[in-house]
Amino acid sequence: MSRSHWFFVVAGLLALLIATILVSATRGPVAVDLLVVARAAANAIGVPAGLTLAVEPYPVRETSLPVPVLSVRYVYPIQFDVPATSETIVRQIRLPRIVLGATVGFALAAAGTVMQGFFRNPLADPSIIGVSSGAALGAVAAIVFAATIPLPVMAFIGALLAAFAVYAIATRNGETPVATLLLAGVAIQTFLGAVISFMLVQAGESLREAVFWLMGHLHNSTWAEVEVTLPLAVLTVGVLYAYAHDLNVLLLGEADAHALGIEVERTKRILLALASVVTAAAVAVAGVIGFVGLVVPHVMRLLVGPDHRILLPTSALAGASFLVTADTLARSGTAEVPVGIVTAAVGAPFFLYLLRRREVHTV
Amino acid sequence: MIDVENVSVSLAGVDVLEDVSLAVDTGEFVGLVGPNGAGKTTLLRTVNGAITPDQGVVRVDGESIAALSSRAGSRRVATVPQDTSVRFAFSVEDIVAMGRTPHRDRFRNGDASPDQHYVERALERTATTDLRDRRVSTLSGGERQRVFVARALAQDAPALVLDEPTASLDVNHATRTLSLVRDLVDDGRAVLGAIHDLEAAARFCDRLVLLTDGGVLAAGSPDEVLTAETLAATFDIQGVVSTNPVTGTPSVTTLPATAEESRRIHVLGGGSVGAQIIARLCAAGHDVSAGPYADGDAVLSVTAQFDVPTATVPPLTDPSEQVLDVTRDRIEAADATVLADISITPSGHRLDLATEADRLVAVEEQPLSTRNYAGEQERERYEKLVRNGYQTDVRSAISLLETRPSDPVKRVSRHGI
Repeated sequence: MSRSHWFFVVAGLLALLIATILVSATRGPVAVDLLVVARAAANAIGVPAGLTLAVEPYPVRETSLPVPVLSVRYVYPIQFDVPATSETIVRQIRLPRIVLGATVGFALAAAGTVMQGFFRNPLADPSIIGVSSGAALGAVAAIVFAATIPLPVMAFIGALLAAFAVYAIATRNGETPVATLLLAGVAIQTFLGAVISFMLVQAGESLREAVFWLMGHLHNSTWAEVEVTLPLAVLTVGVLYAYAHDLNVLLLGEADAHALGIEVERTKRILLALASVVTAAAVAVAGVIGFVGLVVPHVMRLLVGPDHRILLPTSALAGASFLVTADTLARSGTAEVPVGIVTAAVGAPFFLYLLRRREVHTV
Repeated sequence: MIDVENVSVSLAGVDVLEDVSLAVDTGEFVGLVGPNGAGKTTLLRTVNGAITPDQGVVRVDGESIAALSSRAGSRRVATVPQDTSVRFAFSVEDIVAMGRTPHRDRFRNGDASPDQHYVERALERTATTDLRDRRVSTLSGGERQRVFVARALAQDAPALVLDEPTASLDVNHATRTLSLVRDLVDDGRAVLGAIHDLEAAARFCDRLVLLTDGGVLAAGSPDEVLTAETLAATFDIQGVVSTNPVTGTPSVTTLPATAEESRRIHVLGGGSVGAQIIARLCAAGHDVSAGPYADGDAVLSVTAQFDVPTATVPPLTDPSEQVLDVTRDRIEAADATVLADISITPSGHRLDLATEADRLVAVEEQPLSTRNYAGEQERERYEKLVRNGYQTDVRSAISLLETRPSDPVKRVSRHGI
C-alpha cells in the first residue's frame, strides 16, 4: 500500500471506531436514539484539568492503612441538553463498558501485532509469553481467596510476573533466543493452567465467578477502569509505535537487524516489556479474551501489508472496533454471554475462511 | 579501512578463529576463500561486530568495532547477508530504505527526504529502480541479491562485508553481482567478501585470504594464494591451477583422487590434450616426464606446476641429439608412453622416440588427417606404431595407463584410421 494513503486509512478506521461506539451505545434493553447517544457521548468527553493527591484509608483486615490516592479532575466542555434517563443509561452504563471494550481491543490487537512480528510466527498472540495465564492466576486467586487487593491489581501483577518469569527462564548470557522464549512461554502457560485448575477445583461457591472471569467479559465496567486502562494502553502503544521500524527490521532476522544498527537484545527486551504491559492492562480489566490479538493483526496485514508503521495503528484501531462489535453482540441476547466466547465464535470461522481464501500462513 | 588484528574467537567452547590478521584498504576487494567450516562466516560476523573476539581486535576506520554500539558500528560496516530470502511482503524500496536504519531518527517514522536521496541512488546504482514496487518475495535470486546490495549501499558505510553473495546464483547473475561489487570497490569502499567460487574470487578480488581451520594459510594476490599446494592442503583436492585465457586470472580445475599404484609415464605431444593428460596423471600421483617441447608451448605452464621433467627446444628448431638422448632414456625407463594427439611433422623425431616405448598409448581426439603435415610415408609409420599399442581418448587413457603392463587390455578406438 502506498504511503500517501496511510493517513486516510488511519483516519477512516478512527471514524469507523467512533461510529461503532455510537451505534453500540444505542443498543440495549432501552433503545436510545443515535442523536441522543451522540450528544450524551459528547457530554461525556472530559478534559483533564488537574491532579489531586489525597490520603485515603484503605481497609486491610480489621484495620485500615492510609494510602495516597492520585486522582484526576476533569472538566466537561460540551453540554448538550439530553433527557436525564437517556444520559444516565448512555453515560453511566453503556459508555464505560463500550469505551473499555474499545480500549481492550485496541490493546490486545496492538500487542498481538507486536508479538507476531517479534516472534516472526503467525501463531503468536498477546498471551504467548504467559501474560494471560499469569493474569488469570492472579484473578482466580483474588476471587477464590477473596483477597483484599483488588482483582485487577492482582491480575496485572500476575501477568507481569509470569511474563518476567518466561523472559528470565529463556535468557542466558544476556541473549534471549526467540524459539526458547516461545517454548518457555508454552511451558509456563501449561504450568499456570494446572495451578488455576487446581484452584478452581477448590473454589467452591466462587467457582462460577472465577469461570466467568476466565471467559473474558466487560460487564459492570466503570469509568474508573477506563481512566487507568485507556491512558496506559494509548501511552504504551504510542511508545511501541516508535519501535515500528525496528520491528520491520527484526522481521528480516536478528543477524540482519544487528547489521542494520538495531541493538537486538535491548530492542527485544523493550518490545516484550511494552507488549506485556499493554496486554496485562487489557486482561486485568476484561479477563482472557481470545482471538482479537491473533486474528485482527492477520486481517490487517492482508489489507495494509507487513510494515508496522501502518500495521500497528490500523490493527489497534480495528481491534477496538472489533471488540466493541463483539461485546455489543454479547450483551444483545436475552442472557449476557461472556465476550470472549463471542470473539472466539465469530473470529475462528472468519479466520478459517481467510486461511482458505488467502495467504495467512506468513506473518 | 578494515584491520583485523590477531583475532581469536571461540563459539560454544570450540576455537573457530585463531590468531587471524588481515587488512582491507579503501578501494580494495579482498576475497575470503577456504573450505566449509574454515571460519569465514565467523570472521565476517566479527568484522561487522555481531561477534566480539575473545582476543585481538577488529578496527574499522581506526575504531574497535566491538566497542561501538550496533548503530555506530553499522554506520561503518554494511553487510550483505548470505540468506536473502524474505518471507514478508515488503517491497524492494522498503528493504532498501531499511538500509537507512542506522541513520534514522526514532521519532520520525515518516519519509525523511535526505534518506530518500540515498535510497534512490542505491536503487539506481544496482539497477533495481524498476523493481522498487515489487514485493521482494516475488523476485529471482539474482534480483534479490542486487536489492540487498542496494540496501548495503543505502547504509552508506565505508566498509562492506559480503557473505557468499553468489552462493545461490547462476553463473550469469553471480558475475553480474560481483561486477557490481567490483564497481563499488572502485568507487572507494573497502570490501571483504567470503566467496565460494575460487575462479570468481580470483577474477574479481584484488587479494585473497585463504582460511583453513580458523587460521590464515595464505594471503596475497590470487596467483600467490591459489596454487596446487594450497588447494591440496586446504580443500584436500588435487587441483590444477592454470591461467584462464579470457580473464588472465587463475583458473582452478579439480581432479579425481590419487591412483592406487604409481607409474612412470612419458608424454609425447603438447597442446590441450598433452596438458590434460599430464595434469591428470600428476594429480593422480604418477611419475610423469614429458617433452621435448618448443619454448613457449602452453603445456609448459602445466609441467612447471607439477615439476615434470621436460626438455625444451627453441621454437621452430628440431631437438638436438642431446635432448633426444635424454628423452629416449626417459621413455625407456617409463612403464608407458603417451602420444598425446600429436601432429606428424616432417622431422619425424616424435615417431622415432615412440618406437622406443615399451607400451604405447595413442590418445586421439582429432582425426589423423588433420594432424598429418608430413605425407603418406610418415602416416603409415604412425599407424603401424599405434597398431602395436593402444588407441584411446583422454578420458579412457588414464585408466588404461593405470592398469598393470601385463594385464590384458581391451582396445579402445574412436577413430578408425
